[in-house]
Amino acid sequence: MLDNQQPFVRFDHIEKSYDGKTLVIQDLSLDIVRGEFLTLLGPSGSGKTTALMMLAGFENPTAGNIYLDGRPINRIAPEHRNIGMVFQNYALFPHMTVAENVGFPLKVRGTTGDAARSKIVAVLDKVGLTGFENRRPAQLSGGQQQRVAVARALVFDPQLVLMDEPLSSLDKQLREQLQYEIKSLHRDTGITFVYVTHDQSEAMVMSDRVAVFYQGRIQQIDTPDRLYAHPNNSFVAKFIGENNMIKPNVYIRPERVQIDPVYGTVDTVVNGTVRDITCLGRYIRVRLDSCGTDNFVVTLPNNGQFLDLQIGGIVALGWTATDCHTINS
Amino acid sequence: MNLDQRMHKAENSSRWRAYAMIAPLLLFVMLSFVAPLGMILLNSIYDPVVPDGLPHTVAELQAWAGPRDQLPPEPVYAALAYDMKKAAQEQQTGSIANRLNIEKPGLRAVFMKTSRVVARQDNGPWTPVFETADPAWSQPEIWGTIRNLSSPVHSLFFLSALDLHRQPDGTIAQQPKDQRIYISIYLRTLAVALAVTFLCIVLGFPLAYMLAHLRDKTANLLLIFVLIPFWTSLLVRTTAWTVVLQEQGLINSLLQMSGLIAEPLTLVFNRVGVIIAMTHILLPFVILPVYSVMQQIPTTYVQAARSLGASSLVAFFRVYLPQCMPGLNAGGLLVFVFALGYYITPSLIGGSADQLIAYFVSYNIGTSMNWGLASALATILLAAVLLLYTVYDHLVGHNRLTIR
Repeated sequence: MLDNQQPFVRFDHIEKSYDGKTLVIQDLSLDIVRGEFLTLLGPSGSGKTTALMMLAGFENPTAGNIYLDGRPINRIAPEHRNIGMVFQNYALFPHMTVAENVGFPLKVRGTTGDAARSKIVAVLDKVGLTGFENRRPAQLSGGQQQRVAVARALVFDPQLVLMDEPLSSLDKQLREQLQYEIKSLHRDTGITFVYVTHDQSEAMVMSDRVAVFYQGRIQQIDTPDRLYAHPNNSFVAKFIGENNMIKPNVYIRPERVQIDPVYGTVDTVVNGTVRDITCLGRYIRVRLDSCGTDNFVVTLPNNGQFLDLQIGGIVALGWTATDCHTINS
Repeated sequence: MNLDQRMHKAENSSRWRAYAMIAPLLLFVMLSFVAPLGMILLNSIYDPVVPDGLPHTVAELQAWAGPRDQLPPEPVYAALAYDMKKAAQEQQTGSIANRLNIEKPGLRAVFMKTSRVVARQDNGPWTPVFETADPAWSQPEIWGTIRNLSSPVHSLFFLSALDLHRQPDGTIAQQPKDQRIYISIYLRTLAVALAVTFLCIVLGFPLAYMLAHLRDKTANLLLIFVLIPFWTSLLVRTTAWTVVLQEQGLINSLLQMSGLIAEPLTLVFNRVGVIIAMTHILLPFVILPVYSVMQQIPTTYVQAARSLGASSLVAFFRVYLPQCMPGLNAGGLLVFVFALGYYITPSLIGGSADQLIAYFVSYNIGTSMNWGLASALATILLAAVLLLYTVYDHLVGHNRLTIR
């Protein structure tokens, strides 16, 4: 659906080095479509935040050009890019109230008085913080601060919103709630979002597309379901969800392995020694010694059926050939 | 025991432990700081020399209580003669004469001379004895001066610290024009302290900013350059500045060599030299707190401001600078208060017209032996600092004065 539009943001053969010796970004080319929610996903040090900082204008590419809406922006100062940004620690100005924080981008643009006030009221309503106008950031909870930061990044109708691990310091339940809130803000506003995270489940929940970063390169850029079903390489295969390597370059997902398979339903049967059984709520995770690794993982739905498994016991494991995927290394 | 009582008991024991832990420090502070300060304050209003030395005279003057433009009756002269003889026996004549001389220059000689005359005489009537000993005793003024001093607690020192005096007729008036010095010295002290504080902030802020934004290794090296003078003796630094600033000194030689000036500038023994040296000496007191506050400000604040559309100048003034205020307030206040009480540097580098109030406190303690006036001068300085702090605190807001 998005493929036939012209790219809104284009990274064109970008390189970045901080010390003149090593490249933290190597030959990055990336097209972002107007209106999409794109996540840059990767472990720390993979270059995802550097890519975001270059797009925001706080870092200059060592080589290559970044285009925004067809214009090269390398020489445009951050304040003239019209990009809203949400930082990891929120970066709310502690000496200003919520309303002053949210009104800051309007004030520096010369919007004051009633025009500014109605925008502030509208955006605070959108993030569910009506009535908090006169609080200081220090008087808000982490989730509320996060919402103020989002409101501040949206209030001036930016053409692009960047978020740098905005939920990483919140607890799990709040994080999941805010994931859906940000997602629905994206849907309502239609603004292009570029989101950085190291949490693969967060990337899967929120994104239209995910760009997986590792060692300064994009390993794969795809929709979440395709990333899961068809990883390009062994890094993506292991980073997105869990994966068992059954022989070199051949992987199977833990939920596709059957324990004590019914004869005739599988193509391959191997033996495994049970090492660990963990109940994780919705499913049960069994770690076995099999296929040359002691970290072979099988997950079973927690549906109340009796599991005849004992630690140290030997069980048969089976799968069909269609459930395996081969990866070109 | 219910929950409330148990809770209070538990908290009580920890509170007493806390008091016990600070007790030695509290005792030290009381003995070394609060007690001397109290003595100084007391000295500025408590002055028993005349009532102790001339008790009968004071009593007779009070009993008579006539108008101040008239001479007292014979019994007052008789009491004074008695007191003078007693003082001579106890060798107190000199200190009483000194005390009178402080109030009215010239009275020391009058009192000493009269005391010797009175000592040779056994019987009255005393009025003609005094009047022949010195004609001053036939003027009402001298008696007004003694009456002004007859209470052990009085405001005379504060009056003279404010260029006022109590006239022999009991009214308060300004000192004669040529003797009004302290108000102008307070104003001079205030002006120098403000100038030094301003210069320290103007020079210290960019330095602290640079230190806070350099790599740690370079910043630490530069910080040592800030601290080395800080660790050097004040006297050494002040002397070094006299060497650097004098007419054949480093600065003048460099300026003359570069052809910028033909004649050497006068940089020492004047106000310029005092302000240069004090600014240099007090600069670390601004740099260090501002630097430590700046280090705590995440770079993302300015980044956030710029991504939201603020130019780098607007981001600096609206976002960065307000967050530096705790450091600037602390540093500025430190420098200002130190500068108000500065003594060594102005007395070595300044000329006679550049001495600050601390010099005159020292002068009144050492040279002129007028401890009461020195105490009053110091007390007024302390009160002025507290007043200025209160006003400043009110203007800036208490929450911004603290380092978070």
